[in-house]
Amino acid sequence: MAKVQMQRIYIYALNKDRKPILEKLQRFGVVEVDDIIPEDDIFNKADVSKAKMNFEKNIAAARDAVEVIERYVKEKKSLLASLKGKKDISIEEYDNFRHKYSETVQTAGRILSYEKKIAEIKAEINRLEAQTEMLLPWTSLDIPLNFSGTKHTRAFIGCLPKEWSLEDLYAELAEYMPLNIDIISSSKDQTCIFALCSRTNADGVYEALRRIEFSLPSISTNKAPAEQLNEIRLELNEKRKAVSEAEKAIAELAKFKEDLLFLQDYERIRVDKYEVIGRLAQSKNIFILTGYIPVKEKAKLEADLASKYLLAIEFSDPADDEDVPVLLKNNWFAKPLEGVLEGFSLPGKTELDPSMAMALFYYMLFGIMLSDAGYGLIMAIACGFALLKYRNSMEPSLKNSITMFFYCGISTVFWGFMFGSFFGDVIDVIASVYFGVTELPVLKPLWFVPMDKPMAMLTFSMALGLVHLMFGLIMKVVQLVRQKDYIAIIYDALSWFCLVISCTVLLLSMEMIAESFNLNLTIPPLVTKIFAVLAVVSALIIVATNGRESRNPFKRFLKGVYALYGITGYLSDVLSYSRLLALGLATGVICNVVNKMASMAGGTGVVGTIIFILILLVGHALNIAINVLGAYVHTIRLNYVEFFGKFYEGGGRAFNPFKMKTKYYKVKERIENEV
Amino acid sequence: MKFDINSLGIVLALLGAALAAFGAGAGSAKGVGMGGEAAAGIITEDPSKFSKVLILQLLPGTQGIYGFLIAFITFTRIGVIGGDSDISFAKGLLYLFACLPMAIVGYASAIRQARASVASMGVLAKKPEAFGKSMLLPIMVETYAILALLVSILAIFGVSSLNI
Repeated sequence: MAKVQMQRIYIYALNKDRKPILEKLQRFGVVEVDDIIPEDDIFNKADVSKAKMNFEKNIAAARDAVEVIERYVKEKKSLLASLKGKKDISIEEYDNFRHKYSETVQTAGRILSYEKKIAEIKAEINRLEAQTEMLLPWTSLDIPLNFSGTKHTRAFIGCLPKEWSLEDLYAELAEYMPLNIDIISSSKDQTCIFALCSRTNADGVYEALRRIEFSLPSISTNKAPAEQLNEIRLELNEKRKAVSEAEKAIAELAKFKEDLLFLQDYERIRVDKYEVIGRLAQSKNIFILTGYIPVKEKAKLEADLASKYLLAIEFSDPADDEDVPVLLKNNWFAKPLEGVLEGFSLPGKTELDPSMAMALFYYMLFGIMLSDAGYGLIMAIACGFALLKYRNSMEPSLKNSITMFFYCGISTVFWGFMFGSFFGDVIDVIASVYFGVTELPVLKPLWFVPMDKPMAMLTFSMALGLVHLMFGLIMKVVQLVRQKDYIAIIYDALSWFCLVISCTVLLLSMEMIAESFNLNLTIPPLVTKIFAVLAVVSALIIVATNGRESRNPFKRFLKGVYALYGITGYLSDVLSYSRLLALGLATGVICNVVNKMASMAGGTGVVGTIIFILILLVGHALNIAINVLGAYVHTIRLNYVEFFGKFYEGGGRAFNPFKMKTKYYKVKERIENEV
Repeated sequence: MKFDINSLGIVLALLGAALAAFGAGAGSAKGVGMGGEAAAGIITEDPSKFSKVLILQLLPGTQGIYGFLIAFITFTRIGVIGGDSDISFAKGLLYLFACLPMAIVGYASAIRQARASVASMGVLAKKPEAFGKSMLLPIMVETYAILALLVSILAIFGVSSLNI
């Protein structure tokens, strides 16, 4: 339950050791590098944008090449593969990649050039296919399409719209005899004709043809169409062969996929390294690196670096106004919630890490909202299985969320049994349908069934909400103690604490309220009186102090009164916890509906049993999906809005160390053995 | 045959149940549909955001479930599925009114929530790291659907124990 303590680190070393030192730092991955030293006459910063651009170009090429490979060589991906995380690779393999480096870059280039070639040939194929399409109606013509006639004759080759018969054509051109017309082909849309007339009539025939919308073919050849088609077909075959050859070549290169993936990681690591080089203050012979390091890592780093290189390392506590990065460290119970916390905001400079405080209620709230032992069991088993199977390789952030759902599942099992729900009332349904048991319920709740006593559940929800909110106020006290703002503890935290508690007691002492909650409280009048006084006093403190940043007394008073109005916020916050009841009921009722439908549709007998089981499976699967989502988002809401609203603002910046940030491979460290 | 006004009791009660399922269901259907359209746009750009946009898309879907819940609880009280079907006119009318909060608020909040969801998808598309915060905005709308659900549930439970 803490933020890791950070210190500033300064490393002064010789330029000749720059490369090995940076590589070492990158492998350690414990230093966040910044650039606080301004450039001057002696120290300046290297321009690394060109080198970085080159690496990024390689990354893009390798990524595109992998995409191409995946397009041509289908690979089966298992559904669980995304849980598996990155593949391990040893430091030797990483180092040895140097020898394969240029070859792999070339491979990427080759794959991309094949891909480009394929695209070009495919465009060509499209063009040829279009030509074939245009030539097909002319197949039976045995002279070239651009034939225009002989010494004494004039030929017209072209198309007419719509279907024409030979008689109609002759009738149209009767005045220009002698004349020969052949219909090469005709369809509903067009008629392809070959007309031959004497040169003397040529103009007249042309005019007559134009009148019936004669047009030249959209393609012209100096070979007979059939011959031309043959040639195109040959060409097409050749092109297709070229495509399949290129595809085969790509498929052959597919074996380098791993290398291409690794190339991306390799270049990413180098990009990061050059990024850091750009931040170093360098003189002719030495360089200075500045940054942050977690205190507990510094001894190891110092020992390791100082034993190998000629350098000086300095540590200092960060100044108060520095924006120190935040790294969280929590035990097994609270760690899974770090991701949820990060979704809101990391703790700011003067704030505590609230993970542990969150954890105390988070799993419980989730469990109450889902509140079905069967569903909890499924969640816990599924998450537990994933955790166990991929325990070594899973990504830390994914591991966190799966662990979180694992604990949530366990909590759900607990609350499910408390409220007597195991897949709703499935045990009762099975017992009564198949075994004729009449003594229901078989599975008795450890506490009570919310559906039978909704008011009791509502009371419990709001009481829990009140406890949660008060816990938030206590967290505020702890935080103020740490900030040494003791006066604010009384004004901003304790006064509210007293006011809310005493108002609650006063409300409960009213008969009407207590009755509607089915509570049988007898609060002695003296106690009521004490709390009434307490309420007035704390209200006065709030009015008097909560506007204390204003000088003007009138304004101060108004601000104080407005702050007191914030008590309505507490009311709505507490009411907000009624969602525990609502979501719990939603799960429970739908469970029971599914069971009821199953028992009505199915029943005894083989077919009946199959239908029964089928409806149960589908129904409960849907219900789990929808209600786990509901419980998840509403637990987060209660945490972010109601709980954090009382004490937590966030605003911290995540610790972003200089390390080997990879996407596909994880370089296994053996630094311990190296020393 | 003499007309007995009390025979209308169950009709009104069932009308209430149907309205709750209809109002909230129609709202959710519309809302989830709106979310789906926006989600499809994001997935074309970046398929890896699928699981996150799916969560945002489903947020306005809960109202439909709440409406269904109210309808079902009403069924169990008025003899459609279990319970006693002998319901007086007044009681039937009370059931109808008990269902109305869920019917009306369910419809309105689902659509408003869907609009917040769609806006949050915009946040997700541009700033994926702000997913936690963007998810919170539509959830704020949900509160009112939950309050309506509670009012309807408590009212139905209350009405069923009345002796009129």
